[in-house]
Amino acid sequence: MDELNALFGGFAVALSAYHIMLMVIGITLGVVIGVLPGLGGANGVAILLPLTFSMPPTSAIILLTSIYWGALFGGAITSILFNIPGEPWSVATTFDGHPMAQNGKADEALVGAFTASFVGAIFAVCLITFLAPVVAKFALKFGPAEFFAVQFLTFASFIGMGRGSAFKTVASMCLGFALASVGLDGVTGTLRMTFGQDELLNGFKFLVAVIGLFGIGEILCSMEDGLKFNGATAKLRMDAVIRTWKQLPGMWLTFLRSCIVGCWMGITPGGATPASFMGYGIAKRLSKRGDNFGKGELEGVVAPETAAHAAGTAALLPMLTLGIPGSPTAAVLLGGLLIWGLQPGPLLFVEQPDFVWGLIASMYLGNVVGLIMVLTCVPFFAAILRVPFSIIAPAIVFVCAIGAFTVNNAMFDVWLMLAFGVLGYLFNKLRYPLPPLVLALVLGDQAESSFRQAMLVSQGNVGVFWSNWLCGSIMTLGLVMAFWPALQALRVKLSGNGAVARAA
Amino acid sequence: MSSNEEAEGSPLVSYRTLDIAVAIFFLIVAAIVITDSLRLGIAWKPNEGPQPGLFPFYIVVAMGIASLVNLAQALPRTPEGERTATTIPGIKRMAAIFVPAVLFVLATNYIGIYVSAAIYIGTFMVFFGKFPVWKALAVSLGIAIVNFMMFEVWFLVPLPKGPLEAALGY
Repeated sequence: MDELNALFGGFAVALSAYHIMLMVIGITLGVVIGVLPGLGGANGVAILLPLTFSMPPTSAIILLTSIYWGALFGGAITSILFNIPGEPWSVATTFDGHPMAQNGKADEALVGAFTASFVGAIFAVCLITFLAPVVAKFALKFGPAEFFAVQFLTFASFIGMGRGSAFKTVASMCLGFALASVGLDGVTGTLRMTFGQDELLNGFKFLVAVIGLFGIGEILCSMEDGLKFNGATAKLRMDAVIRTWKQLPGMWLTFLRSCIVGCWMGITPGGATPASFMGYGIAKRLSKRGDNFGKGELEGVVAPETAAHAAGTAALLPMLTLGIPGSPTAAVLLGGLLIWGLQPGPLLFVEQPDFVWGLIASMYLGNVVGLIMVLTCVPFFAAILRVPFSIIAPAIVFVCAIGAFTVNNAMFDVWLMLAFGVLGYLFNKLRYPLPPLVLALVLGDQAESSFRQAMLVSQGNVGVFWSNWLCGSIMTLGLVMAFWPALQALRVKLSGNGAVARAA
Repeated sequence: MSSNEEAEGSPLVSYRTLDIAVAIFFLIVAAIVITDSLRLGIAWKPNEGPQPGLFPFYIVVAMGIASLVNLAQALPRTPEGERTATTIPGIKRMAAIFVPAVLFVLATNYIGIYVSAAIYIGTFMVFFGKFPVWKALAVSLGIAIVNFMMFEVWFLVPLPKGPLEAALGY
């Protein structure tokens, strides 16, 4: 029961007035970020990351994870009330959430979504509490070859589990790698791809890319559609909570299924978005009321929300223990850890127990605080969307410019942000996935150096990746993932051209 | 996102054209990186390991191949590809936020980020949002001042400042 002792130690760290205040601030900011289109969890955390540089790491991570919880809650609000998914993983929530709002059951849908998020997150936190040290101990055995194998699996699963064109995923991911390689080469100290430009010496900073790709890109998309916010007014009476909670115990099986799907997708870096679609799909297929899905069924809100939040939370597990983020937001948090001088990975548990357990305890507390806050504040948050878009749009550009500037105190980065914005718009339009690009930008250097170290150890023999069962099985799984779309296409061809691959 | 089926206004670019353009963009990036990787060396040196150009080279070769496939898939004229990606009103609305954004960033160099942001938000509200001038003034100044307080005073994060802030003693 070492974990429980450590966890109580963590609660002692997290339960100070200062930290509770940070949680409240973080969740408020997060919900605002989640509600605003054009600002998501990943770039919200990215924009506010520079503000935390002067704080102690534990306080900083509590603030940032609270923003993350807030953004997860906030994404559901816009999906249900306005049919605008504030976050990619809220898309599945709109399927039943918005019809419920149109039927005048917006309050029930909101309460259902918030409760489901809470359950999913707590399930995943419990998993982290008891599994993280095990994974961390296990991960201590990792050498460069194993690290490269895990990183390879991460990237390969984007190809394997991504929806849409696998070639576009590959192109987007490789662009991320190429951008990551610009600047000083960490192994030999040579300058790469700078072409004599001093500004490129430090390479492309992922924060700048994220703010441009997501923030500015979203604004351009919304502007093009001439987006207008006109949503149903949310009337949240407190009896809605009790009314909704009475219906929930009957859905325990859906909760459980979504939790398991979510945790699995979060730990293997499938991420919250596929998890939410998978949770919705499974519930629709297995639920007794599956036929009503899409017409405003509470279970159709609960299933994707639970899975998305279980995944979003579980995504922090590989980030803490292996230094591999399971989601774009986790990738941004990982960047933060590195900036604070903390090396994520197995040693973090040994060297910084206060930090790790404080963080885990703050996940429990942050979710409880968050649930209470969002349940009471929904009418107020919904009022944000009554602010006209012509105020919100330039204000977001302003905030993005601040975020990009503060990374290096360089105007060059602000220009870069605008360029990434155009790129983000084009990618969005043509369905090039953005997460692989961001992940490659963050992890590119590490993946490259573990690859080169492994190759140095083995004197150029690729067989090193199959030298033991652990590394070999991860690599093989990675290869299967990488060629999954090709295998799938082959199978469809073999089983006759009539069968068309059905989208999950 | 795909709501342009009903194509209000005259079409400007089709998905096919856009797809081809982006694939070519990827190929140009690939060419640039390959050139520099070759300069850095992509060979294997005994006892030293891979030269710095090796990893980017193969990554970008993979990107080039994927982009060629994307290009090949985009080239045939299909009904899917002929759909309108962007209309002229659509691009005009985007320009309405983006061109001023470029001017805003340019102005930041001279008059500081707060003043230029206030002008940016204010003019956008008046011209795009059709707000009365006094409302635009109040909102844009409010946003600029709140941010100024947050960054310069509370969080002590220095942002680009111009003559006005200097006159105020910051």
